[in-house]
Amino acid sequence: MTRPTTERIRAMLGSAVRVDATADGIPRATPRHEEECALLLHHANAEGWTVAVQGSGAWAAPRPAALVIATTGLDGLSDVSPADLVATVRAGTTWRRLQQELGDHGMWLAIDPPGSDRTVGSVTATGTAGPLRSGFGQVREHILGLTIVTGDGKVVRTGGRVVKNVAGYDLAKLVTGSFGAFGIVTELHLRLRTVPRADQTLVGRGVRDELLDAALAIAEGGVPPAALELLSPGATGGDGWRLAVRLLGTDGDVEAGRNDVCRRAGIALADTSAMESAALWRGAAARAVDGQVTVRLGGLPEGLAATLDLVAHHLDDTVEDWMSATVPAGTVRWTGDARIEDLNLLRRLAAEREIPLTVERAPWETLERLGHFGAYREGVGRLVRGLCDVFDPGAVLRAPVGAT
Amino acid sequence: MTALTQVLSAIEPIVGSRWIRRGRAELETYSSDGLPTLHARPGAAVLPGSRDEVIRIVRALAQYHVPFVARGAGTGLSGGALAQADALLIILTRLTRILQIDPRNRRATVEPGVVNVRLSNAAAPFGLHYAPDPSSQTACTLGGNVAENAGGPHCVKYGVTTNHILALEVVLPDGDVVQLGSPGGDPWGPDLVGLFVGSEGMLGIATRITVRLTPLPTAVRTLLADFNTLRAAGEAVSAIIAAGVVPAALEMMDRNCVGVVESSIYAAGYPTDAAAVLLVELDGMEDDAVADVARAVAALLADHGARTIRTASDEADRQRLWQGRKKAFGALGRLSPDLVVQDAVVPRSTLPDVLDRIAAIGDRYGLTVSNVFHAGDGNLHPNITFDRSDPDQRHRVERASVEIMEACIAAGGTITGEHGVGRDKLRYMPALFDANTLGAMRAVRRVFDPEERCNPGKVIPIHACREWTTAKRTIT
Repeated sequence: MTRPTTERIRAMLGSAVRVDATADGIPRATPRHEEECALLLHHANAEGWTVAVQGSGAWAAPRPAALVIATTGLDGLSDVSPADLVATVRAGTTWRRLQQELGDHGMWLAIDPPGSDRTVGSVTATGTAGPLRSGFGQVREHILGLTIVTGDGKVVRTGGRVVKNVAGYDLAKLVTGSFGAFGIVTELHLRLRTVPRADQTLVGRGVRDELLDAALAIAEGGVPPAALELLSPGATGGDGWRLAVRLLGTDGDVEAGRNDVCRRAGIALADTSAMESAALWRGAAARAVDGQVTVRLGGLPEGLAATLDLVAHHLDDTVEDWMSATVPAGTVRWTGDARIEDLNLLRRLAAEREIPLTVERAPWETLERLGHFGAYREGVGRLVRGLCDVFDPGAVLRAPVGAT
Repeated sequence: MTALTQVLSAIEPIVGSRWIRRGRAELETYSSDGLPTLHARPGAAVLPGSRDEVIRIVRALAQYHVPFVARGAGTGLSGGALAQADALLIILTRLTRILQIDPRNRRATVEPGVVNVRLSNAAAPFGLHYAPDPSSQTACTLGGNVAENAGGPHCVKYGVTTNHILALEVVLPDGDVVQLGSPGGDPWGPDLVGLFVGSEGMLGIATRITVRLTPLPTAVRTLLADFNTLRAAGEAVSAIIAAGVVPAALEMMDRNCVGVVESSIYAAGYPTDAAAVLLVELDGMEDDAVADVARAVAALLADHGARTIRTASDEADRQRLWQGRKKAFGALGRLSPDLVVQDAVVPRSTLPDVLDRIAAIGDRYGLTVSNVFHAGDGNLHPNITFDRSDPDQRHRVERASVEIMEACIAAGGTITGEHGVGRDKLRYMPALFDANTLGAMRAVRRVFDPEERCNPGKVIPIHACREWTTAKRTIT
């Protein structure tokens, strides 16, 4: 593997850019602008260096590479427009900082990704929505436009700052959730919401399938709550399964929602204080990295009991791990430690049921063998391969998306 | 014998000769879509009767390297479904089956020729509907909606087409059939469904479409407010959005438009002396909660200078208020021989300024510009009525349209919010995207369609693209 020296990278970028070495002695650059990022990737492509992208280090495991590009220098909110409910933010900004600054303007981004202290770029690259997916959709739904630097150092700007836009292909959708296969995201335009006046979480306790039935009954009602999440003991740090229902909106909305949810649930749902509910949601997100591997299975709401059984049977038969089901979306996320063979078998069995299994995070050795994806339908693998060749022609980023 | 003639001989046994159109007169029907300013007569047209026939046709086209264009109801407004003389038009209006409605999981699978409103009607008994509702929803097809990423008045709350498509079956230009997305909507890999929706028919033909269904709201309030100035109405829109209200629809019409509607058979009782009227719809599941929001919105409207605020008293009244809005384009069409329906989006906070600028541009060119649009999204539809047979008018319309687009781009906006680029807006693309980004779009297109035969000449201005070389990677 060709590898540049730290001095070479320093000379390339000038003294204003931080260049150091990782614990393994790999040169690491922290560019401050997309042009510097483009310069690095242009050279990497020309010289055959492989590149690993590092955010805050809170989600993805390190991977071998000739050069590390840290995105933490690409940080800060470039623009916030409360009247338009749109913000432009650089990808290295931490989630916490983003929400804090938006909060100062009375706004927020309605995504609560698993993990904590992650960067905006990490959440975008992995497409990891949390429980709020019930009410607000996937990560892709919140991104109006973005800038990427491709594997060979080209800058591509797609979408825009307006909330409705069909000019050109929707490359932002392609990039979101592609695990960095098509480039390094440097900046995003995000769709915001005003901070709701009322925010109430109700919690039910009981046996898993009883809670799931209650959740399905709630979901069958009208509009799904902001969150309708089934959480394993490992996810809450408690001693049994929980059903957590989050209602957001005006006081009237939340009151109406509570009545509706309680009527449909058929089980007791207890109010929580603001402090308790914040601890519940934050704790569950933080524990999502308690274990080396996180996978997501995307099925249908009706099939959730079977999906949960499938995961439990193959990865977690003592039900001690972190597990969470976003009921209206039909998705299950699991975190723990698992053997590659078990993950592979689970992926195959899930695929037979038309359920994609995405490896959201794992040690490099696992990812390299399994790929983030890897159960492509006939004819789709070649499209993904072709797209990787377009955006990463020198295989500099070589994201394990099953394209090699 | 041309390649097209050859391929028609191969296609005739597939569909039967009665479903092939070759004569000049019968092809004239397909020589334009909803946009009156562009014309192109296809070399021939074929109307397949099934998904299998579509696949076999596309395979034959691949074999003879013949370009093709898929077409639904032809209600598009960007010339996106026009085909040139060397190309075959594939009309999908016979593929009209609703294959499945799955109320428990809130999804449905349809063929591409299903008309938008028909799906909502079929889902209604389950308390569900298909939320994106273009003004042409009684005619336009879901295949066309997918190609164009269609919007509609209620998209301000419920999202546009792309937010509602879970999975697609696509025939690629080489005749391969691929399944994109999964029943629940999670992707098997990078989000190819998200890429396909809005690609304007250039990556392949969708033969099966799985969509998300949305609960029908059980409580609705519809308000009509009128203003002395367009600016005041625009500011009221900003105030509603900034207050955190998520209206189900937030539509604006200006004086010209109201006048036309009120003098037509669709008269809805809009005040004709107002500079602008706003139609605000709020919906939800609980009547009290919706009524509360309606009161708050009424207060905001009054604060921003609404002269009168009327609330629909019952469903019939509500339908009447909407009728004026939904039929506005039709009413405008009666005003003069031709109508250009423009489409652009600006940041919502810039609406008052941009509306002023558009009015000034219309005045300067001596044209009547009528605005009827999705104000809640900042999605403008400045419409220019004119007479195509007058070359001078045609020229002025052309100049004014360019200036309106320039004004929207300068305000931080985009050149199309829901109608697509098609052929009509190719020329504006370089003002919005640099050569690298356009080059990326073209390179992506070539992954799906290396010969660029599938709806050629749309969306990407090829001369403005930077050439992307795709290194052939050794497969390991």
